Amino acid sequence: MTQPRPDQNLVTDRGLSHLPEGLFEQRAAEVVALMKARARRAPGADSSERWQEEIISREIPVGASVLDLGCGDGFLLERLMRERNVRGQGLEIDADQVFSCVDRGVPVIQTDLGAGLRWCADKSFDVVVLEETLQTLQSPRIVLEEMLRVGKRGIVSFPNFAHYRVVIDLVARSRMPVTPRLPFYWYESANIHLLTLRDLLDWAASSGVNIVAGYALVDGAPRELRPDDDLLAEEVLVVVERS
Amino acid sequence: MRTPLPPTTSVSPAAKEGARDDGPEARDSVGWTSARTIQLYSADAPIELELGGTLGPVDVEYETYGAPSDRKDNVVFIAHALSGDAHVAGWDRDTAKNGRVWRQRKPGWWDAIVGPGKAIDTNRYFVICPNVLGSCYGTTSPTSLDPKTGKPYGLGFPMVTVGDWVKVHARLLDALGIDRVHTVVGGSLGGQQALEMALAYPDRVERAVVLASSARLSAQGLAFNAVARYCILNDPNFANGDYYDKGNGPDAGLAAARMLAHITYLSDEGMHEKFGRRLQAKGEQKAGFGIEFAVESYLDYQGRAFVERFDANSYLYVTRAMDYYDAAASWGGGNLVEACRRVRARTLVVSFDSDWLYTPTDCKDLALALAKTGVRVTYADVPSRFGHDSFLVETQKVGRLLRGFLAH
Repeated sequence: MTQPRPDQNLVTDRGLSHLPEGLFEQRAAEVVALMKARARRAPGADSSERWQEEIISREIPVGASVLDLGCGDGFLLERLMRERNVRGQGLEIDADQVFSCVDRGVPVIQTDLGAGLRWCADKSFDVVVLEETLQTLQSPRIVLEEMLRVGKRGIVSFPNFAHYRVVIDLVARSRMPVTPRLPFYWYESANIHLLTLRDLLDWAASSGVNIVAGYALVDGAPRELRPDDDLLAEEVLVVVERS
Repeated sequence: MRTPLPPTTSVSPAAKEGARDDGPEARDSVGWTSARTIQLYSADAPIELELGGTLGPVDVEYETYGAPSDRKDNVVFIAHALSGDAHVAGWDRDTAKNGRVWRQRKPGWWDAIVGPGKAIDTNRYFVICPNVLGSCYGTTSPTSLDPKTGKPYGLGFPMVTVGDWVKVHARLLDALGIDRVHTVVGGSLGGQQALEMALAYPDRVERAVVLASSARLSAQGLAFNAVARYCILNDPNFANGDYYDKGNGPDAGLAAARMLAHITYLSDEGMHEKFGRRLQAKGEQKAGFGIEFAVESYLDYQGRAFVERFDANSYLYVTRAMDYYDAAASWGGGNLVEACRRVRARTLVVSFDSDWLYTPTDCKDLALALAKTGVRVTYADVPSRFGHDSFLVETQKVGRLLRGFLAH
């Protein structure tokens, strides 16, 4: 375990006066405005289901070798093997999901990601995928580092816990949010390491990792990530490389 | 040396209309079976054995089910475990002739997995299973007559290895005109044969399934086998393996060996559930050394039944082959990953979480070594309380894994 390091930029330690004049009020107003604007909008066709797989499929070169960390029922790898002719290998801890992978013909190794990828040689995969798994890991930092050791590229996606709906719920109701994309109460959720888009960017900057491409799920539709998506991105997908 | 390939099963689909749910007439049974025997090596052209020496002639007993496709690309080769035989599925038609009367009570050892519409679907696949060299079910073994002496080989039988077995298997495939197998599959010692076939004949194996098995037996496993052989070797009736023409063989030793082995095939949890501390005879606990607990009765039965159907010398040879097997040593100079670089087959490695003979850790090590070479590998650790026996008992789960793996 690393020593806890107090964040020098923590707002609460210094009081609001430390922030640029009016920033907090401005952010709070933004969240409220977003909420009001979106609340009036009729729920349109939601293209969010498995939105990442479309993008991942585009991002992966034909014939690449792909390691999928936490591959679930093998849906993504099956698609990549079929459409992109990849050499796929999945890792999954849950026995039922492993059975589903075998039903689909997806090669999978039943293992705990926390046990690491020691058996994998450096740069032995073209792409390593970590789809909606990062926030469920016991040691996300180790897995991120292993991902970039064994893979030439990484694809990471996760729910952004600074999404305005999450923030509103937290502030207005003082409760951990339960949303359509985060449908579990805190005591049932597999998400144990909650992070935001900004957190991920900070990790990348401090670890010598380049963001090669980024996408966000905004209002139920995927699009390219923009610099100010902090509050808008419900989910984030980034393609990363060691610089 | 080529033989035609009609199935050895003989129940036509039409004969199964209105069939019963079990027995040879059942719709999903391969029906009545007859083993075949083929001579693969002769006195003039004997097999060269891995640990030195030669053996010839070599007869191999095998069974087949289903029919080969025109291109013979639907062959599923099944390798049996320590005490297994070629009788994988169906009902033996020839028990009166071959004396294997215990087969009258039950079908082949993997009947739940192999048959029309079952996980290894004999409507689709051509299934072959031979008895291994040194075992006592029709393939040349210590019970066979040594042509030089006219008497059973006994301990004059040469030491044989898993590598030798697989060499014989390959020769059998040659004789049947089969270049490549769609899948080779086995559990326990059979799993090691599957692995060995993928290592020794990488171009002849498209898929390999290794159930409850790993690249080598653990020290604990070696220890169990040592005690088992001690029981046999120190039975006063063992007579240095030359007991065939005497009234009694080393029955007590063989029974004790089997009882010990059976403990290793179960799990503590499974035993607790099946027997607990239940007394065999309802009523008072006696103060003596007879069979009092249910678990004692079970082991006693297993020991006795085994003596009826297995040869003590064969048990020595087959357990020794199990001890010696070490894929890393044979093919990778001690490095399992190097060994695995030979493998071209897609592989499926399955462990069972209560198995303490071939533990999940050992099985997973094999899977990871294979994965490191870039070969397509699947590893599943199946939840079960049946211990090592799970590969035979968990037919639903194993069947689902096999069905999916064979289909892709």
